[in-house]
Amino acid sequence: MKTDNNASAQREYDVIIIGGGATGAGTARDCALRGLSVLLLERFDFTAGATGRNHGLLHSGARYAMTDGESAAECIKENMILKNIANHCVEDTSGLFVTLPEDDISYQAKFIDACNNVGIHAYPINPKDAIRMEPSVNKSIVGAVVVPDGSIDPFRLTTANILDATAHGATALTFHEVVGFEMSQNRVVGVKTLNHKNGERRSYYSKLVINAGGIWGHKIAQMAGVAVNMFPAKGALLVFGHRVNNVVINRCRKPADADILVPGDMICVIGTTSSRVPYEEIDNMNVTADEVATLLREGEKLAPSLASTRILRAYSGVRPLVAADNDPSGRNISRGIVLLDHAVRDGLEGFITITGGKLMTYRLMAEWATDLACRKLGVEVPCTTALRPLPGSTIAGQSEEAAETPVVESTTPANIQRAEVDRHGELAKRIARTNCYDHSLVCECENVTVGEVEYAFKELSADTLTALRRRTRVGMGTCQGELCSCRAAGLLSRAHGCSEKAKAELVNFLNERWKGIYPVAWGDSLRGAQLASWIYGSVCGLNTIKPTDKIAKK
Amino acid sequence: MNLQENNISENNFEQCIKCTVCTVYCPVIPANPKYPGPKQAGPDGERFRLKAADYFDPSLKYCLNCKRCEVACPSGVRIGDIIQSARLKYNHEKPSVRDRMLADTDFAGEVATKMAPLVNATLGLKPVKLLLDGALAIDHRRAFPKYTSTTFEKWYRKELTAESQLKYAKRVAYFHGCYVNYNYPQLGKDLVKILNAVGYGVELLDDEKCCGVALIANGLYDQARRHARKNLDAMRRATASLKQYKVITTSSTCTLTMRDEYPHLLGIDNSDVRQNIETATRFIYRLIDNGEVRLAFRDDYTRRIAYHTPCHMEKLGWSVYSTSLMQMIPGVELQMLPSNCCGIAGTYGFKRENYQVSQTIGHDLFAAIEASGADFVATDCETCKWQIEMSTSKKVFNPISVIAEALDVEATRKLNHVKI
Repeated sequence: MKTDNNASAQREYDVIIIGGGATGAGTARDCALRGLSVLLLERFDFTAGATGRNHGLLHSGARYAMTDGESAAECIKENMILKNIANHCVEDTSGLFVTLPEDDISYQAKFIDACNNVGIHAYPINPKDAIRMEPSVNKSIVGAVVVPDGSIDPFRLTTANILDATAHGATALTFHEVVGFEMSQNRVVGVKTLNHKNGERRSYYSKLVINAGGIWGHKIAQMAGVAVNMFPAKGALLVFGHRVNNVVINRCRKPADADILVPGDMICVIGTTSSRVPYEEIDNMNVTADEVATLLREGEKLAPSLASTRILRAYSGVRPLVAADNDPSGRNISRGIVLLDHAVRDGLEGFITITGGKLMTYRLMAEWATDLACRKLGVEVPCTTALRPLPGSTIAGQSEEAAETPVVESTTPANIQRAEVDRHGELAKRIARTNCYDHSLVCECENVTVGEVEYAFKELSADTLTALRRRTRVGMGTCQGELCSCRAAGLLSRAHGCSEKAKAELVNFLNERWKGIYPVAWGDSLRGAQLASWIYGSVCGLNTIKPTDKIAKK
Repeated sequence: MNLQENNISENNFEQCIKCTVCTVYCPVIPANPKYPGPKQAGPDGERFRLKAADYFDPSLKYCLNCKRCEVACPSGVRIGDIIQSARLKYNHEKPSVRDRMLADTDFAGEVATKMAPLVNATLGLKPVKLLLDGALAIDHRRAFPKYTSTTFEKWYRKELTAESQLKYAKRVAYFHGCYVNYNYPQLGKDLVKILNAVGYGVELLDDEKCCGVALIANGLYDQARRHARKNLDAMRRATASLKQYKVITTSSTCTLTMRDEYPHLLGIDNSDVRQNIETATRFIYRLIDNGEVRLAFRDDYTRRIAYHTPCHMEKLGWSVYSTSLMQMIPGVELQMLPSNCCGIAGTYGFKRENYQVSQTIGHDLFAAIEASGADFVATDCETCKWQIEMSTSKKVFNPISVIAEALDVEATRKLNHVKI
């Protein structure tokens, strides 16, 4: 990734994309692959918004089959594409839709029909077989349906898209917030940016600006003088300390609170709740005690062992739901993809908005947005993102790098290498592993080595500890930063040649970790957090350093 | 609101708060950099293994199963058990011929005792040791324990006779273990001497098998389970017929295995007999403490003894019984050696690939023993005894043998009103 938070020397592009989530990254990749010159602007770090705050569920679409056939059909199609092009980000776990004694069993037949109608291969199995397939599932289930669900890592997915975009000439800048637009009559000709790292303001110009800001797209559109009415719907989730299940477990009933349990990496996630929040609160959300209680109460019904499993943290995200045009009430809300050509809709040239949708359909959203962009710019190149594997993923027989790269003699233990390959796919080869320093562990819970951290600093534009966490899982394990964050801060200090900055980063990171632990701070999680606070507060004296980060300040 | 009121997880590894104290107390880490240490191999590694079995790290075989990590853990995580269970569950390598030979102590004992003089002479020969090293990777520098030609069981039946023990109204069952039976029957005889002097008869289980610790360590789990079931059944028969009786042992490792490894590693429920299994020193100490028996010692017994706490005794927390008993002997000057694993860990140290690690782990202990000025070392574990005798100039005795030697039998019998 040739991205950085320093200003780009180039001032003019074909397209400027606002938003470093999955959609923005996917659009940047698609545009770059079709030969456009691209600038991607992200106000904080990649995946800092809704992309990094969801279940990590590779939907089969079955969840939407009963209510929204169109979304369901899109999901299953993208599901099959992602299993192919992003196989290092995906775990093909399979999924179950289980009926509990309190649920209406007649829903099952309608559900299977609805799935099959949109092309989702769903078939019922005997509850006993379901228990054999996933031993953690509630033993009292009265029905079970198998669907092609899986899990997907949104951090890796976004990183891989950025890597491919920059490999094809795109520039991606993090910590660059768009604070205004450069207008020329009824045309958007560029954006005004503020660099959060150094306070510098600068304008960039382009033929077209694509608003891929998710829920924040509402505000971005407002700055351009057009209205895109978004209705933030908050969803809270809990992360458990280890994998309880290896198969996705869904509740076979109308979508409701806490009805999906997804295994991902070394943890599993129960979610979600759903509640409307005022737009002003989207940057400052906390998981409430009621939400935690709901998630636990309903989660235990799916997998009873959740009742006694250690919870690592709670987090929440905002679904970017869009009100249908000319419906200010927000009653008529779409969960589908919304692509707005503001020239047609509002008479504003040079500006399009891609929003709505889901993580699952990020690629399709990017395809739609890029198709429109190409039409407007007069470029006739077809979309190839559905067939081209992302960097790190391989499709049998298609990997050139795999054949060329010689196997390096490595001292890294096999299980640690295995974890690196899980996270970076083919690109794990780029991680230094030649001596015992390279493979000494920074994060012991998630097996992240010094080599991997340095790779993330150098090639994945991880320039804060939180960015490092998103690229490598440092600090996402059982200890939640207790052992790894000071080591990572040490490496950051060396990489940037500034220990003061690294110290401030350490404080930010620990505060951010605590924010997620706080709603579930009891039992062993609290004991762990207490030990961490003794180590950093009392022993290292970090109590005296004020956090600089926005999140931490709150 | 239900906030996980009973959140004591079945997955005991979750109680780990990553303080890393276990890793500090692991004796293997400083000696073998290939071993990732108890935290990584145990609670950390378990999360990965729950995701996919191929995260199993073969270097878990370097764990000694000394349980020092568990003693150190402030959160009650059974780290050693997690590591051994992972080996049991995920390691599908078949045990080698060597491992089978080392593990099957019953079989080796049966064969070796029949030809004891020949076996003892042969195993001491350098060419034989080199042959064993070359063919089986049993280290040639290792001294082998001597085998006896009369097993303890044979002595008990033929010379002591079971009938003589039935004359005692109070009796106890003795789990002698392989070492007493095949290698060192004297320790069993010493125990009988003490117990008879205080008015207790000693019975044997009607069907005793090796406790199985060596089988577990070498991956022979099915055989270990068979042994465990047979031993527990024999104990149940013994305690059913003689309700108040304990099953006592003279080996700390056999005791820990039967009390804790059976349920934790082999999944065999022993809750009905577990509390009846204890070391002989604990049994005797508690009889004295309760005022039920008294010991009298010879005036002419004066020794300086250095006591080494075996790792499994550390885990049981019972070395205090052994040391307190020895301190009752007026002529004994007892010093505690620093708590340090001797390095042998049963069959571990016999394997060529572990020899160096084994000796490195024990190094500081050996130095402390040489510097102690003691006449001999006392310890409750037979393999610690082999290791220390091989690696230092001192002889090693079980505390029971020390008590037996210092005991004034006639005076003790009188004190306890023993008429038999």
